[in-house]
Amino acid sequence: MTELSRIRNFSIVAHIDHGKSTLADRLIQLTGTVAERDMKEQLLDSMDIERERGITIKANSVRIEYPAQDGHTYILNLIDTPGHVDFAYEVSRSMRAVEGSLLVVDASQGVEAQTLANVYQAIDADHEIVPVLNKIDLPAAEPERVKEQIEDVIGIDASDAIPISAKSGLGIPDVLEAIVRRLPAPKGDRTAPLKAMLVDSWYDSYLGVVVMIRVMDGIIRKGDRIKMMQTGAVYGIDRLAVLKPAMTDIAELGPGEIGVFTASIKQVRDTRVGDTITHEKKPTDKPLPGFKPAQPVVFCGLFPVDSNEFDDLRDAIEKLALNDASFSYEMETSAALGFGFRCGFLGLLHLEVIRDRLEREYDIDLITTAPSVVYHIHMKDGSVEELHNPADLPDMTYVDHIEEPRIKATILVPDEYLGDVLKLCQDRRGIQEDLTYAGSRAMVVYDLPLNEVVFDFYDRLKSVTKGYASFDYQMTGYRQDYLVKMQVLVNDEPVDALSMMVHRDRAEMRGRAMCEKLKELIPRHMFKIPIQAAIGGRVIARETLSALRKDVTAKCYGGDATRKKKLLEKQKAGKKKMRQFGKVEIPQSAFISALKMDS
Amino acid sequence: MSTAPDWQQGGFGLYLHWPFCQSKCPYCDFNSHVAARIDQRLWRDAFLAEIARAGRDTSDRILDTVFFGGGTPSLMDPDLVAAILDAIRSTWRTSNSFEVTLEANPSSIEAARFRAYRDAGVNRVSMGMQAMNDDDLRALGRLHSAADALRAFDTARATFERVSFDLIYARQHQTPDDWRTELDRALALGLDHLSLYQLTIEDGTAFGARHAAGKLPGLPDDDRAVALWDITQERTQSAGLPAYEVSNHARPGAESRHNLIYWRSGDWLGIGPGAHGRLTLDGTRYATETPRAPGAWLDGVSRETREGWELSPLPAAEHATEFLLMGLRLAEGVDLDRYDAIAPRALDAQVLAGLAGDGMIELDNRRLRTTSQGRLLLNAVLRALLVDD
Repeated sequence: MTELSRIRNFSIVAHIDHGKSTLADRLIQLTGTVAERDMKEQLLDSMDIERERGITIKANSVRIEYPAQDGHTYILNLIDTPGHVDFAYEVSRSMRAVEGSLLVVDASQGVEAQTLANVYQAIDADHEIVPVLNKIDLPAAEPERVKEQIEDVIGIDASDAIPISAKSGLGIPDVLEAIVRRLPAPKGDRTAPLKAMLVDSWYDSYLGVVVMIRVMDGIIRKGDRIKMMQTGAVYGIDRLAVLKPAMTDIAELGPGEIGVFTASIKQVRDTRVGDTITHEKKPTDKPLPGFKPAQPVVFCGLFPVDSNEFDDLRDAIEKLALNDASFSYEMETSAALGFGFRCGFLGLLHLEVIRDRLEREYDIDLITTAPSVVYHIHMKDGSVEELHNPADLPDMTYVDHIEEPRIKATILVPDEYLGDVLKLCQDRRGIQEDLTYAGSRAMVVYDLPLNEVVFDFYDRLKSVTKGYASFDYQMTGYRQDYLVKMQVLVNDEPVDALSMMVHRDRAEMRGRAMCEKLKELIPRHMFKIPIQAAIGGRVIARETLSALRKDVTAKCYGGDATRKKKLLEKQKAGKKKMRQFGKVEIPQSAFISALKMDS
Repeated sequence: MSTAPDWQQGGFGLYLHWPFCQSKCPYCDFNSHVAARIDQRLWRDAFLAEIARAGRDTSDRILDTVFFGGGTPSLMDPDLVAAILDAIRSTWRTSNSFEVTLEANPSSIEAARFRAYRDAGVNRVSMGMQAMNDDDLRALGRLHSAADALRAFDTARATFERVSFDLIYARQHQTPDDWRTELDRALALGLDHLSLYQLTIEDGTAFGARHAAGKLPGLPDDDRAVALWDITQERTQSAGLPAYEVSNHARPGAESRHNLIYWRSGDWLGIGPGAHGRLTLDGTRYATETPRAPGAWLDGVSRETREGWELSPLPAAEHATEFLLMGLRLAEGVDLDRYDAIAPRALDAQVLAGLAGDGMIELDNRRLRTTSQGRLLLNAVLRALLVDD
């Protein structure tokens, strides 16, 4: 057990690509925490998807021993937090497990929207914040301007910001010293009953569920009987360890310390981030405040491309769900796509990550239906239903009104693209709340309907700003609006997988765009095919796909039979990638592409 | 009902491939080669050896047809053709209506050999006329002129019982009026068989490469291609040579008996480099195939190694697919009783009804036919019929 005064716990706040993981790597390297031969890029990001996208999805931690200039050796615990809004709740929990943050800003890029959201979380958690200017050695670095920006936009003192280059190692010793000198030591009472926060948990194929904790009060030891206060479940600690970042056994953990344990817990689902852990026999009387279970906000259908893979998909989803309590699923059947699952996610990135993992780790080709948000359907009898799938919308004669979720979106964008960004937000039914400048960059805050954001908003924002905008959002609540279900009919057959909830004012435009897109995506058939968008029984947009005129092989003699037959076999195999709607075959790719359109 | 093997309803023929041409046409994706010197004796020995080998399993059959295809078989020495036909006649009994076709270029050089071919036993020629004007012939890479072709055609008609020729249409910049005029000139020659092919740009040909590079302007779009097709159907019909197959037109009774064997899923022997065959032995239908390279084929025969020669049993489902894809090209269509006997499973009644409803097919007493519209969309019709297994 370590003296409280010799412990420093911190996290790193940074925008993607601003060098968070590289800085973490350097800290680990310089303190000799990991032998040189075991170093690999981005030690803490262990999932392929995390490494590839340069993002952190799961919280992770490392315990560093640092001999400071004052002659004492300190234990530095770094918790690497997810940087994305989808995981905002997990970020807030991780933040509460530490006392300070390094705010890493790319000295050539400046502050980004995502940095803001996370730094506010740090401020909310009463962190001491040490600004760090990274990539100081780049020719484009403008440390003075960026310092000013930090002070203007975030409102913290940046005069002592530490200039570094995580890549070359420049300034890293200064960062280590600043952690010891400028960040506060944790507080806690080792004689009080055990009170520890469940920071994160994950499944390890050798160890089972591993739980990361921060001890607030009391002492936890191997063999202890502990209780999870939210779930009420009781476990015996099998193994207690710290992460360096390899798991290293330890006899006990006291206040201020961060470590992990295993306890024959079967599923990650049995552990709740933010829960309070205490001793079964001598529990604390005050659990930690602020616990809330994860709430999915974005839903979509996931269907196997090959309907024979449904069982594989179910197995894969069940396995993933064991390790991710925030991901929900229920079986769904679609006339268009067969059997699949309606899944709930924390946000769009979460959706993409889960889909990527299903496709890559479990090798299942998926069709993803249009992402939809959770609508509140207020019935005339006064009851309220949650709508996760437009296909389930009740008969409108029984519906009084519909509410949709809204968000507060913060966008940071260089001046020259501001006009396009404002137009985009306006087009998406946004209400401007704030517009300020920090140097040559504008910060706009919009109140937007989430359903307009889940529908290719990121892509559009990226394209109108050539990738220079940064964007973040938080859920704000529900508001009533004129929302309708738009159906798509192909050859007069409704295609359920393409139904969507839209604002009435946007329905014609969306319907037209959808019909035009489908006209390109559906191959021509032997007959002409009307493609319509409709609200209730009323057609609001229509295109006609003309009939195939000619498709015949001019010459086919004895020597051509084999080749022709192989071609047909190939086309037959291609047909597996088509879905039958009445007489019309729609390629699966159409379901994905039809929902990505330019507005 | 007889329990005779299915192939007997299609007949029994022999295809012999002569793989050489004087030059390669830019639209052609057939197995043809340009060689400086060809030792016709070596080829004779090889063809005779193969005929003898093929005869071992089938000599009890009656041979209905022989077809010399290529390449340009009218470059074969008449002696070689005679030796081959002698060997064939001494291996099989031939039917009363024995048809021996030879593909010929319509040039004076070839016309000089026509009489010798006739004396060897050829009784039908199919001439690669391709176009009736010099500009288009040049664009198609043909070596003959329109006047050459007409002279060769006259010689052919004076020599052989039956003469057919090929035209390629839907060419670059061809208007419906151009084609109507050209086709009418062809029909005015009073022949009883015509093959009329819409130009198809095939990968791996000179045209394919030019097309991919965007250097083949003026090809018809679908609407014009359909208009040209309609003209073809209408003009040949009124001249008394209706389409009996997608691209083949004949006075009733003057159809190519050899090609009907393919389309009616009969048996045929494929002899020569790259030749395919279908042969039913002891109730099993086999697909045969030989190496495409002339040298490799020749070596395989002369050394008796026959490396790369394929003889593979055709699974019932593939046999059924071939039966449909070939048979539905014919105006007469296919016999569904035959199909059911071959195929693992009958055709889906609902799909049939749907296609009939769309005017693509007609069902008449167990006979399934494509309509003229359905024939123009045959690939789509086949895709609909051949749903997944």
